[in-house]
Amino acid sequence: MARIEVPMPQMGESIAEGTVSKWLKQVGDPVERDEPILEISTDKVDAEIPAPSAGTLVEVMVGEGETVEVGTVVALIDPEGIALVEATPEETVKADLPTGLEGIQESPALVKPSVAVTQTAAVSQSAEERLRMRSTPVVRKIATEHGIDVANIIGSGHAGRVTKQDIMAFIESSGTTRMDAPVTPTSQDLKGVAIQSEQSDFWASFYKEARHPEYPVRPADRVEGMDKIRRLTAEHMVVAKRVAPHVHSFIEIDFSVIDRIRTASRSRWEAQNARVSYTAFVAWVVSRVLRDFPMVNSAVSGNNVIYRGNVNLGMAVDLDPGLIVPVIHDADHLGLVGIGNKIVDLAARARGRKLIPDEIQGATFTITNPGVLGTMVGLPVIPKGTSAILGIGSIEKRVVAVTDQQTEADVIAIRKRSLFSLGYDHRIVDGADAARFLSALKEMLESFPEDA
Amino acid sequence: MNSAPRSIAVRELGVMEYSEALELQACLVQERREATIPDTILLLEHPHVITLGSSSDLTHVLIGKKELEKRGIKLFKVGRGGDVTYHGPGQLVVYPIIDLKPDRKDLHRYLRDLESVLIQVACSFGVQANRDPSGTGVFTELGKLGAIGVRISSGWITSHGVALNVSTQLDFFETIVPCGIRDRGVSSLERELQCAVPMTQVKKCIVESFEQVFTC
Repeated sequence: MARIEVPMPQMGESIAEGTVSKWLKQVGDPVERDEPILEISTDKVDAEIPAPSAGTLVEVMVGEGETVEVGTVVALIDPEGIALVEATPEETVKADLPTGLEGIQESPALVKPSVAVTQTAAVSQSAEERLRMRSTPVVRKIATEHGIDVANIIGSGHAGRVTKQDIMAFIESSGTTRMDAPVTPTSQDLKGVAIQSEQSDFWASFYKEARHPEYPVRPADRVEGMDKIRRLTAEHMVVAKRVAPHVHSFIEIDFSVIDRIRTASRSRWEAQNARVSYTAFVAWVVSRVLRDFPMVNSAVSGNNVIYRGNVNLGMAVDLDPGLIVPVIHDADHLGLVGIGNKIVDLAARARGRKLIPDEIQGATFTITNPGVLGTMVGLPVIPKGTSAILGIGSIEKRVVAVTDQQTEADVIAIRKRSLFSLGYDHRIVDGADAARFLSALKEMLESFPEDA
Repeated sequence: MNSAPRSIAVRELGVMEYSEALELQACLVQERREATIPDTILLLEHPHVITLGSSSDLTHVLIGKKELEKRGIKLFKVGRGGDVTYHGPGQLVVYPIIDLKPDRKDLHRYLRDLESVLIQVACSFGVQANRDPSGTGVFTELGKLGAIGVRISSGWITSHGVALNVSTQLDFFETIVPCGIRDRGVSSLERELQCAVPMTQVKKCIVESFEQVFTC
């Protein structure tokens, strides 16, 4: 009996089983060496299995749709070419090869000694890889549905794999019931599973609930789908407001000095074709002051704080309708005129939808200036992934009490002033930090250096 | 290492009908097996099409035949791994026709390598994408960014491959349960970045990442 066994091939180190998806050859068909005789499918892959030898396919032991472990013999080829067409596959198995079949079923046991080795090796792997190695998609799906961590189940399959039988037995024995809505664990959840399962449940439910609620439409209403920017903004704002506990602080800034510099420099800037708005002055000062307030130029990331090494200023631009936030990268390396020109350029290209991806990413702090539209002050939302946003209110002439520097008498004066609001993430920025930051901004803006 | 570094030929095919791409892949697989062509990657976009992989569940197509026709979506059942997916304009489809024999006869490694390529590309646009233990593919916070479904023909020659949403009209995914995963959305580079992403730039990145991942 020189029949050649066709085993379920080992298609990869971490692949323990395969499903026969299709027989390309039937019992009795002649096959060439390396000619595909069947197709198998594993997680996301379909593969053709070639004949290991020329001959006749004499037995098919595994039907289409059946899943077997690696090493299981799925077919026999007779290189002599003697066909046994009269027997159906099942009969062949039972009638012809009772002992052979037993041997075949036990063959996976031969690889079992590797279990210990595999598990030791698994220590250096990520939880994700370990999970992949220890289970099949079917098992992971069942695990997700029942809220079970596969890592807690002892696998009886190849290399300690958790088989479908293992997980079903686990469910029966533990009395775990199916959850109403399965929650796919994120990789963050996985990292925290061992030590902080309660917290991971909190974040799972936290994200699950974020959905725009729906309302009934009344007869005179018009319903339109949100366009792309609107939808993205809506999603971003929901997440931003849910995640960061917002606090806002205000300070009033006197623009007299800046006004004087603008007037004095106007003809020079015009000659250079430069445009330096009030916002440019603010951006220049913010980019300098941020260096001394790392927590205002940071991001809370998991249980860590990322203190950003660059000062990249997001500048909110009104698209009417819509909003986009282009970024001035390394603003602290640009001069006043450089920042002014950059703002004009970014705003123009934002409105023409001509920004490139790099120009709207990587902001570490954001400035928004709704004041140009006349509002006195706002409570801006902190973009996610940053820790603060500065809102500029309208810059307008106001009546204020000041001390005359020559006579030292208090007098009523008319000054250009603006209310600034700082929205900050209270997880990382405290009220006193915000106050010190705003005071530093005020001080530098009100004594703006002539040579900036 | 016992083999020379791979040199990978790139064929840019523009927009190609799904059926045409199937035929082309079958030819190229044969040619690659006979070593008359080098390792090759095909870069293309498909017109609207829904394809069912070998582990597909027809209930994962959520709209009827009539509705499919009305929307100009074709339906194919194909010999790749994975469940239902959608292809269409704005989605960069990459079909590697490569010989895994010399240095990577491991299906999972191949899948992980493809994921690495997608993650690198996303990263070069500043988008953070990750693998997910729930399945093959790459995901962002907003959803699935890239899908994977491959076929290994006899002799370890690959076909089918990956689909990366660049500026895909994501509404079309609402007609299916992508890859049978119900509780995650889909995303695209454009959705992540909130701005136009030029396809040519993505293609360039894909080719670079592919060469980097597959020649090491």
